[in-house]
Amino acid sequence: MEPLLDVENLTIHYWTLRGYVHAVDDISFSINKGDALGFAGESGCGKTTAMLGILRLLPHNATMKGKILFEGKDLLQIPMDVFRKEIRWRKIATVFQGAMNSLHPTIKIGEQIAEAIMLHEDVSKEEAWKRAERLLDLVGVKAERADRYPHELSGGLKQRTMIAMSLACNPTLVIADEPTTALDVIVEAQVLKVMKEIQEKLGLTLIFVTHDLSLIAETCNKVAIMYAGKIVEMGEVVTVYKEPLHPYTQKLLAAFPSILGRKTELVAIPGFPPDLLYPPPGCRFHPRCDYAMEICRKEEPKGFFDGKRFIACHLYSKGG
Amino acid sequence: MPEYILRVKNLTKYFEIKMGLFQSLLRKELPKVHAVDGISFEIEKGEMFGLVGESGCGKTTTGRLILRLVEPTSGEIYFKEQNLLKLDYNEMRKMRKHMQIIFQDPYESLNPRMSIFDIITEPCRIQGLFSSWKDLEDKACKILEAVGLTPPEDFLYRFPHEVSGGQRQRVAIARAFITDPDFIVADEPVSMLDASIRSEVTRLIKNLVEERGTSFLYITHDLALARYLCKHIAVMYLGKIVEKGLTEDVIFKPAHPYTSALLAAVPVPDPTARRTKVVISGEVPSPINPPPGCRFHTRCPYVKDLCRKEEPQLREIEKEHWVACHFPLL
Repeated sequence: MEPLLDVENLTIHYWTLRGYVHAVDDISFSINKGDALGFAGESGCGKTTAMLGILRLLPHNATMKGKILFEGKDLLQIPMDVFRKEIRWRKIATVFQGAMNSLHPTIKIGEQIAEAIMLHEDVSKEEAWKRAERLLDLVGVKAERADRYPHELSGGLKQRTMIAMSLACNPTLVIADEPTTALDVIVEAQVLKVMKEIQEKLGLTLIFVTHDLSLIAETCNKVAIMYAGKIVEMGEVVTVYKEPLHPYTQKLLAAFPSILGRKTELVAIPGFPPDLLYPPPGCRFHPRCDYAMEICRKEEPKGFFDGKRFIACHLYSKGG
Repeated sequence: MPEYILRVKNLTKYFEIKMGLFQSLLRKELPKVHAVDGISFEIEKGEMFGLVGESGCGKTTTGRLILRLVEPTSGEIYFKEQNLLKLDYNEMRKMRKHMQIIFQDPYESLNPRMSIFDIITEPCRIQGLFSSWKDLEDKACKILEAVGLTPPEDFLYRFPHEVSGGQRQRVAIARAFITDPDFIVADEPVSMLDASIRSEVTRLIKNLVEERGTSFLYITHDLALARYLCKHIAVMYLGKIVEKGLTEDVIFKPAHPYTSALLAAVPVPDPTARRTKVVISGEVPSPINPPPGCRFHTRCPYVKDLCRKEEPQLREIEKEHWVACHFPLL
């Protein structure tokens, strides 16, 4: 089956006065229709940049190389005005990080959703409003609330409104960038439940970007772990979580205390993430890795697919 | 009888809401935010006590009230059996030698114009805990080493903007520990840090506390973290403690419906874990007009008539396990 989205060798650099920041470096991944792919990594690892790249929302100082094939077409070759009309929001929509700041404070929420519909489709205002109300209802915000202003709603409801807005033009792919970071646990669980239900109901394809591995375990069936601009491990959630191979994935999974099961010691990852202006040579994780070998310092591990998952680590590439 | 370092009794803080002239003339009484509403707990000597709750439940205010960074409306705070609220400004200032605080956000709690040396030795300078400049420098080096900023000479004269977030929080920890206090309040010290850094700083705090026998009030919204660190925890909801007890008891045998909902909502990094997810609906009501009766009744799945009328008091349902619910789950 042809994948819905196929990203090949995507590289994104930011130009700054101090040099190029290698935010995303040669990443490839693909996602099939109906899948939910989780992107995990620490802040500054390039996960948000990669997603903004797919939406072509990067700032002007960014340069992008590689291919982003969506339904067989290379998104980077499409002229911007066509991309804006045909692809963004109609095919690929997004839920931004921090719903509190993404909504316009002086426009009613129903109108904000209706605006997105009217910009992309030729419908009357009344019809757009009706659809906005239906969407709000779908995500569990009462339809009467459509004529409320954002400040009248709580954080959870605002986040639901953002989800409703992303669904405005029946997209095939929704990219959710840390949709629950500012929310409390209970509200977070409510929002995740809504997202999961909608994904199943509408057959959406979902990319879920977060730093919290447990959220991916709850919502996604595939996971990609990013470190310093690279994908280090990628595969089915069950495979990766049950038997993590990359030392970074292993450490990251052990770094969270668990609420269930036995009380275990927390594993700490020494050091801190590298400066992406000058990423370390060889494997980018080697300064913090327990198993670093000579080759790790010199040669960058070529990622390969071992039948179940993608992994980029010298420990496994030399038959080890 | 365990020895308590801190006892809090009926601690209450209402914040008055400022209103315009016209509004305040019309109203007899200004509306108040019931941030902390009559809470009581005890912290044993040398233990880590966890205060858990969602944002807006009053846990941060509680931490600040204990150090009198915010003046309580009423209540009693006994630190080593001395009532802190009876102390005047100067006495309280001296007392703070024994009580310190670590704030949540290391980007805001360190003065950007002070060097790390100035920041961490400020408590010593205020309290007069040094004999010479050399002594001050030795103290600073020792504490920097203890928090893992080595070699300390490299860090002494740097400024906060020159170090990473994790290192900033270590500086804040060093500042809290430098006077060798008996009691520290930590207000979500790792919530602003990245996952890989978080576990390291958490371990550092745990080791320091165990080595020095400091008593610790750990304020957090992360139940899993509280479980890892604390011996006792108290769960807060809308300014009230709804459940408190030994950590393992509260987490594995939650008696209050709110605790159980909170636990059910915690995401688990295990894709095969099949859990019965009872997600309660709605959000926390406003603390300006908290609901009558049990404050959780508007969201409680087991609500009965009594809950709407009468406020439940904390009672001991088994040894060291207290709950404020008319119909506990146990």
